[in-house]
Order: sequence, then C-alpha cells, then structure tokens
Amino acid sequence: MATLMYWEAIRRAHDEEMSRDPLVICMGEDIGVVGGTYNATKGLLDKYGPERVIDTPISENSYTGIGIGASFIGVRPIIEIMSVNFAWLAMDQIFNSAAKVRYMSGGQLEAPVVIRSPGGTAHQLGAQHSARMEKVFMGVAGLRVVTPSSPKQAYGLLKSAVRCNDPVYINEHELMYNLKGEVPDEEYFHPLEGSEVVRSGRDVTLFGYNISVHWCLQAAEELAKKGIECEVVDLFALSPLDRAGIRASVSKTHKAIIVEEAEPAVGVGAEVMAIINEECFFELDAAPVRVSAVNVPTPFNHNLEKASIPNPRSVVAATLTLLGR
Amino acid sequence: MNTADKKRLLHEMLYARRYEERCYEAYVERKIGGFLHLYPGQEACAHGVIEAARPGHDYVITGYRDHVHAIKCGADPKRVMAELFAKESGCCKGRGGSMHIFDVEHRFMGGYALVGGPFPLAAGIAKGIQLKGGDEISICFLGDAANNQGTFHESLNMASVWKLPVLYVTENNLYGIGTSIDRSTAVRDQHKRVEAYNIPSAQADGQDIEKVYAAAVTAVEHVRSGKGPYLLELMTYRYRGHSMSDHTPSYRTKEEEKEWGRRDPIIIIKDRLLAAGELSEEEYQKMDQGIMAEIENDVIAYSEAAPEPDVAELERYVLAENDPWVKGGAA
Repeated sequence: MATLMYWEAIRRAHDEEMSRDPLVICMGEDIGVVGGTYNATKGLLDKYGPERVIDTPISENSYTGIGIGASFIGVRPIIEIMSVNFAWLAMDQIFNSAAKVRYMSGGQLEAPVVIRSPGGTAHQLGAQHSARMEKVFMGVAGLRVVTPSSPKQAYGLLKSAVRCNDPVYINEHELMYNLKGEVPDEEYFHPLEGSEVVRSGRDVTLFGYNISVHWCLQAAEELAKKGIECEVVDLFALSPLDRAGIRASVSKTHKAIIVEEAEPAVGVGAEVMAIINEECFFELDAAPVRVSAVNVPTPFNHNLEKASIPNPRSVVAATLTLLGR
Repeated sequence: MNTADKKRLLHEMLYARRYEERCYEAYVERKIGGFLHLYPGQEACAHGVIEAARPGHDYVITGYRDHVHAIKCGADPKRVMAELFAKESGCCKGRGGSMHIFDVEHRFMGGYALVGGPFPLAAGIAKGIQLKGGDEISICFLGDAANNQGTFHESLNMASVWKLPVLYVTENNLYGIGTSIDRSTAVRDQHKRVEAYNIPSAQADGQDIEKVYAAAVTAVEHVRSGKGPYLLELMTYRYRGHSMSDHTPSYRTKEEEKEWGRRDPIIIIKDRLLAAGELSEEEYQKMDQGIMAEIENDVIAYSEAAPEPDVAELERYVLAENDPWVKGGAA
C-alpha cells in the first residue's frame, strides 16, 4: 500500500487508464500544459500528447458536449470541469444529451463519459466558486453520481467510471486534493453503487459523503469519549443511493443523522430521510435529523463562511440533541 | 449527376414529401402525438448533402425536424413511422418519438430537441473519428435560428482550432419558430458568421438539388481531406408551420409563401427532367401513385399493426444493463 494524496490518486487512475486504452482521453480547462488546477492531470500531456490531453477554451457547455459526442463512437473521455460552479453552464449537454441518449434511442446509443469536478466551500472563494451541486446531478435519470471521501475511492471510483458504459459524474472537493491515504499498489476498481460502514457503532448512524464523512468521523471520536457509539456510513454513491445499506444501518442503530455541506432543500439529507421513511420507518426510535448548510449564497467573510456550513462540532451537538443528552 | 441519379433523387424527394404529408394526416387523426415538425419545402437540403456524402458510413446528426434525414441515411421508413406512432417496433422502441429518431446502425446519430444541442455533439463525433483514424466525416444539419445559440460559436471555434472533420449545414428557412431572421439575427447570410472562426463556407440555393449537391461535393471533399470544418448554408423554406402547433403560420405573408412555392425543390428537378425529355408527366404521376400506395400499404399498415411497448419495460434503457464495473468489475 502506498500513501498517496487525493490528487495523486486521481492522476494515477488517469495514467493507468490512458496507458491501457488509446481511446481514453482527458479534456478541460488548463489540464494539459498547466497540468490541471489541482494537478490531477500533471505530466499527462508529455506522455500522451495534445490529441488525447486536450486544453479546451473556456466553453464549458460545448467542450462537455464534444466529450459526449466522442463517447457516442467509442471514445472514453474524462472531462474535468475546473469548478462545479462552471458545470451549471454544461447542464444542457450533461442532462439533455448524456443522461438521456440511451433512453431516447431505445438503447441504441450510449454516452460513456466521465465528468469530474470539485465543489464545496474552500478558503473564501465567494458565492460563485463555492457551490455544492451534487443534489442537482442526483435528480436526473440516466446519470450516475459518485463522490470520493478518500484517495483510495478517488482512484478506484475513477477507474470504474472510465470503464462503465454509463455517464458518471464524480463530485470531488476543493479542500480534499491534498488529503493523504492508502491506495492499493495493484489495480483497484471501486464499486459505483453501494455504501461503506467506515466506523461501526450501535447508538446512532451518521451518514456522510465526501468531506462530511471526515466531519462524521471526528464527531464520532468526540462522542465516543462520552460513551456514545456512532456508526459512520460513507455514501460514496449518491445516485443511485444505497437503499439496502441505509436500511441496514438504521435497523441496527434506530437513529439517523445525515451530514451534508450543501443547503438542505431537495438535498442528500432530504433524500436519505425519504428512503428511511420508505424502507424502515418502524425501526426508528427518533425522527431523523439533517445537519446542512445555512441557505445563503456562500459569504466571502471567513467567519461568515465558516458559520454557513456544518463542522464536526455541529454534528456532535446535533447528535447529543437527538439522544436527549 | 446522371439521369438515373436525378430520377432516383426526384423519387426520394417525392417520397419524403408524401411521407411527411401522411404524418400530418396521422397527427390530425391522433395516431401521432406530441410535437411534430415537418420537412416539406426543404427536401433538397437533406437529399443533396447526404447524396454527396457516404450515407451509412458518414455520421449524421440533426435537430427535431429529423425524419427525412434519418431515412436518407438508410433508416427503414416503416420503423421511423412506427416510432412516430410510439410503437415498440419503432426505431427507438417508442421511447424517442418524432424529435428523437435514431438509427445508429446507419450512423444516423439522432435528432435532438434543444436548439443548438447537436453542434458540440457533431464536433465530438468528429473528434472521435480523428482519434480512431477513420475516413468518415461528421455532418450536422441545423436551422438558421440554431446559430444564435452559444453552442454554435463555442463548437465551431473548437472545431476550427482542432481541425475536426465536421461539416455544418445551415438550412436557412428564414424563421426561428415564428420569428423572422430579420427580426432576430444581425446577419441574414449565415455563412458569413464563421469567418470569425477561420472556417471556410459557402451559400447555395437550397431548392435546387443539383446546386445543393454540387456545393456539398466541394464541402464534403474539403472536410474529408483533413482540412478541418466547413459550413454550407442552404437557402430554403418550410411550407408548413414550425410544428403542428402553428400549421397556418400567421407570421408570414401569403405572397411570400406563394413565391417560395414556385421554387419547389421537387418541381424544379421534375421540370428539368421533363424539359430534357428524360421524364414524362405520365411517368411522374405513376411514380407519385406508387409512392402513396407504398406509404399507405407498407409504412402506415406496418405502424398501425405494430405492438405497443410493454409497461413492464418502462425502466429499461435508463442505465447500462449488467455492467460489471458498477460492482467494481467483480462480475
């Protein structure tokens, strides 16, 4: 097992897949000569050339559409959108073309394209560079949505996404590219569906995904000192969500908290709560709770920014309230 | 183009005309639902360009006025009509409809209903051709109004920078839904707009199939020889409304409609063949009768008898079936 940073893990997945298959390409703004804003494609231009490592103009909707069109005839593009905020501009092609083409064509055509993009609040990036948009992608049939919480997942999810015949959106995080973790030395393919119990416990389930998994784990550590055993479930697949995994954990702990960096409305928390209602309502000992962002455009001021999103302390507080402690 | 080719193209265009007129009737009879955008008046555009390319080998993509393009690429007219009838034996199993005809076997890569959506998809197909090293080209047919979308400018810029083998065809019928080009667009001549992207272009009479064909031969040759993209503008007119929702257009004059009616693409080639003594009026009438009988007895009968999709299969074709990588390759 090597210890890699999140960006190194993504880069390794690119490199291995591009070296295996000449039809795997990558494209996006500043991914070639510059090597990517977060280094995720560093060095690939020299190795694979400008035909396969494509610096695009700042035209998100159309370069995404070009990747999708290429995928129609067997190319496997990995499209980097520098910030998820810019993905709003590409929604037409992602939703209207990639997600729907298999269905509209009665199964004749498919768009095996991977779209990677970081979201999240980072360090005072302001309202137009701090969006969390995973819930928007989750709402569209025909698109898979995954979100890695560790370098191992970042590597393995990208490897599987490149080979999968569906369009896959990979939601990364601005603050996680330097996160270190162990990644298997041999090739590893992470499932694109399911969830993972990353800490076992019997008192309450904390559901997290991407960065909020880490908040949940820190909160669980804190709560353990008070004798509270939290189970932490990593929802690395946001679409489709793992109904069976959600049911299994709630049936064990009978209490659920969902932690999301995004605003609450029509979000992951709302969706997981709905699944709990549908799958295991009578297992509940208390109403599920979500810990979400405050519904404001992300402020510039550092203190306001921090106050707008959850953190481990707010997860601890919500858990104590839920448990009546 | 020899006499036999001209007669075949006359037959194909007349077939397309009668086919679309029969769609109109079927819509009025409520056999076809949803939106329906018909092609009469513009037949020489699709037929002339695709004739100059290699149907079934070159990739073709277009907007929602797509039935005739699909058939000219090689799609079975019965299966296209069955799709309009929303049947399981339709080319898209009744999941697509009039605006979303696909026949991937014949490299007809689809009809898309977001105006301007196919511009990048066509460039992407061309990028794929370039990577795979084939001699195909990618052809994108859209109307003049689509050129006011951002995707036109973004995609043509990238196609030019990367020298992609893509031919953009602007079928300039002078209206974007119900808004005249003179009220919506700063430049009437669409071919001039791509000068900004260093893309060669030409304008041709879209009602005369021989002129369309000649212009398309030059365009196709340019693109296939690896010189990068090309835009061909064809001046044309649609007789019917934008869709069935405006089948008696209020936004244009009867005089204008009559004037364009005199330049009918079928009449132009028919009159030329008659004048040259290569076709008789009797032969033409027989051709027309034969086409109408074929559409009725073959296409419509097939589509009416075709089965409905099974509701139990509602959720098929959303995602790939049994894709092993979903489980991390374990299967």
